[in-house]
Amino acid sequence: MDTVLLARWQFAMTALFHFIFVPLTLGLSFLVAIMETAYVKTGDEDYLRMTKFFGKLFLINFALGLVTGITLEFEFGMNWARYSKFVGDIFGSPLAIEATLAFFLESTFLGVWIFGWKKVSKKVHALSAWLVAFGTNISALWILIANAWMQHPVGYVIRHGRAEFVNFWAAVLQPYAILKFLHTIHAGFVVGSFFVMGISAYHLLKNHDVRLFKKAFKIGAYFGLYAAIVVFIIGDLHASEVARTQPTKLAAMESVWETEKGAPMYLFLIPDEAHERNVVQILGIPKMLSILAYHNPNSTIKGLKSFPKKDRPPVTITFVSFRTMVGLGTLFILLALYAFYLVKTDKVFEKKGFLKLMVYAIPLPYLACELGWIVAEVGRQPWIVYGLLRTSQATSTAVNSAQIIMTLIGFIFLYGVLGIIDIYLLFKYARKLPESATTEGGY
Amino acid sequence: MLNTIWFALWGLLWAVYFMLDGYDFGVGILHPFIAKDDLERRMVINTIGPVWDGNEVWLITAGGATFAAFPTTYAYMFSYLYTPLFLILASLILRGVSFEFRGKIESEGWKKFWDFVIFLFSLIPAVLFGVAFGNIFEGLPFDASGYHGTLFSLLNPYGLLTGVFFLLMFLEHGALWLSFKASNSVAERAQATAKKIWPILLIVAVIFLIYTKFATNLYNNYFNHPIWFIVPLIAVLSLLLMRVFMNTSFVKAFFASCVMIVTVVFTGVIGLYPNLIPSSIDPSYNLTIFNSSSSQYTLKVMLIVAVIFVPIVIAYQIWANLLFKEAIKKEDLEDKEVETY
Ligand code: HDD
Ligand code: HEM
Ligand code: HEM
Repeated sequence: MDTVLLARWQFAMTALFHFIFVPLTLGLSFLVAIMETAYVKTGDEDYLRMTKFFGKLFLINFALGLVTGITLEFEFGMNWARYSKFVGDIFGSPLAIEATLAFFLESTFLGVWIFGWKKVSKKVHALSAWLVAFGTNISALWILIANAWMQHPVGYVIRHGRAEFVNFWAAVLQPYAILKFLHTIHAGFVVGSFFVMGISAYHLLKNHDVRLFKKAFKIGAYFGLYAAIVVFIIGDLHASEVARTQPTKLAAMESVWETEKGAPMYLFLIPDEAHERNVVQILGIPKMLSILAYHNPNSTIKGLKSFPKKDRPPVTITFVSFRTMVGLGTLFILLALYAFYLVKTDKVFEKKGFLKLMVYAIPLPYLACELGWIVAEVGRQPWIVYGLLRTSQATSTAVNSAQIIMTLIGFIFLYGVLGIIDIYLLFKYARKLPESATTEGGY
Repeated sequence: MLNTIWFALWGLLWAVYFMLDGYDFGVGILHPFIAKDDLERRMVINTIGPVWDGNEVWLITAGGATFAAFPTTYAYMFSYLYTPLFLILASLILRGVSFEFRGKIESEGWKKFWDFVIFLFSLIPAVLFGVAFGNIFEGLPFDASGYHGTLFSLLNPYGLLTGVFFLLMFLEHGALWLSFKASNSVAERAQATAKKIWPILLIVAVIFLIYTKFATNLYNNYFNHPIWFIVPLIAVLSLLLMRVFMNTSFVKAFFASCVMIVTVVFTGVIGLYPNLIPSSIDPSYNLTIFNSSSSQYTLKVMLIVAVIFVPIVIAYQIWANLLFKEAIKKEDLEDKEVETY
């Protein structure tokens, strides 16, 4: 089999796997820090037990996020040597900065947080939780700056057969990067909030430690509502940025074949890539797509047919992933709003049906995150660096397909086993009661 | 000039990485032998519990800095050393999760399994890092048409010798660490082990220094600028001092071991200059700090970042290490309010 395809499969698999664990880290780190701060401020033991309960889940999840990240960093050199050579002058910097600014902070203070319960004061301990949360989110910032540059390269010249930086800040501060960062961390916050709400709902349904889990649910509901709204708003701005910078991706996201001024948006459509058309398209909202893409009802949306076939991304997968993500995003706002309303009126405990729904809703934000990456990465194809370098020209020449197949099998096996164990442990510890909750707690 | 500074930083990052994760590897390999029951094993693991992840980040930074400062070297090094790197990666993954997983299920078999994982996947990277660096010191077989080596060509005598040498350094380093970070019988066993490993380490170090003359060109730089001999000299002195200190203070012996690891790495790095990876086929293909570097602009930006942030990192890592400087006692592990592995 061809090395490009294998290397892509490997990257997609390892990155998507990494991103099963990353969003919870991004969100839960803040939630745990908030819980611990509430304990330090109020002295209420419930918050301490809550911190330890969710802290344990955080750590189990963190273990896999951490080890799977190293793979990605190595993979650029191992499988994508020509890419690394071409973009190294630009792309290496954010990775190195990420390690220096973020990973050290995260790992060192996580050590203090886990093992330091009796070594540092309560305040310093809570501060460690905040530093871990900032560390994880700073790490997201730099890796996403790197990714944004691949989506929309800026601040460079082509010299000596590669891209070289002329303006570091242009790449760091470009709107694409900032929007991507804000969108992704808030997506992580949604994952974290739904996780906390879902697990609290599970225990509330079982009548476990009701006082504690009502408080936890409340924290999840507040944070979740904030995050779900921001993801939606930033997502909209993000899509406009995509429209401006990657017209082929936008056309694929919406499955638009013909160029049109004041383009409508169809609520339901089925793409037919082979015949370059949509088999079904109904429920059109006039001019909606132009409004969403450029915030101007009369703007022109370029259709896929106006680009040569070799420059178009796969349409169906990009389109379906995007639609589903947006649909889920809308659903999250509704769920979070209702949760917020129940908390405000103190009716959480009565609505058993809703609590059950929230337990089953835990995986949905994860799904939205994975789909988001599929939109971003598949939609960028056939480019690895949009407009500059094709994915097919980016692989390592020194590596043959047998080697990639071997490591691919290795990763599938390794990740499969570790993933199952990790998820099993998450379930096990999520079902457990918080420490010493059996003796007190409840009404 | 910038290129040379980055070359020194590149060497420093690897040296610090080996100095820190080195004792984690040593501890991981030794723990089934030095600890006799579950509580003792937990004691051993918990000596590195708060710090191993922070230590590993030095590797990620070394990789990132190679990518940022010498992207062509990064691209070739990682794709040429494909299989060993994959094995190192898999080991780091398994070792990393095992600390977290081990104590999460109360079952003898489960814990035994992860103890074995910790042992094996500390052993493999300890050796493979040595093999990889030995091969870099010798040069890799590449030219204009690409790379001509295989996994087995990496396992040549000098590569293997360097692998064994690194393994012994890390074992000694880990034993010394446990000598004062663990307590009671575990510490005593670690102290005895450290004393037993030392003569073997000495012999292998001498063979390594001599064989390096024949297998590599590392000494050329030294003969051209004899002042640099000071670095291998310090390495040898710290190796000897290490044994002297073992009679009085294992903390001091551990620091001597730190100095030794750093100076050993620098002995190689100085010998390489200005190459990052020499070609064993034809020196005109050598990857040097000039033909494989980033632009001056990027090197400058990255230098500013490094100068500001690396000292901050070092400061808080030292703070964290001091926080956990006391030896781990059995009582600590039974205290429910304190989190441990
Ligand atoms: C810093 C850069 C970067 C970052 C942050 C990410 N990716 Fe990416 N992604 C790439 C750089 C990249 C790449 C190196 O550019 C790939 C490899 C092959 C390709 O076409 O692009 C790629 C491909 C790629 C593919 C396959 C696309 C295809 O082959 O058609 C998927 C599904 C993802 N990525 C998903 C992700 C996920 C889930 C990420 C979150 C961790 C992620 N990417 C982060
Ligand atoms: C594809 C490029 C990526 C690379 C090379 C990469 C690299 C890494 C590495 C090396 C680690 C381990 C750090 C440690 O030891 O503490 C890590 C962890 C982490 N990464 Fe990634 N990463 C990538 C994508 C992402 C993205 C897109 C995000 C976020 C939006 C992200 C967020 C995180 C976070 C939060 C952690 C902390 C550990 C955890 O998730 O539990 N990473 N990553
Ligand atoms: C509700 C409306 C939403 C809109 C309009 C939206 C829009 C977008 C767009 C346009 C992209 C592609 C960016 C690119 O190509 O670079 C994207 C990516 C992404 N989305 Fe969404 N999104 C929405 C909801 C969500 C939700 C609810 C989540 C998760 C909880 C989510 C998670 C992600 C992630 C993780 C990415 C990949 C990172 C990135 O490119 O920013 N999105 N989103």
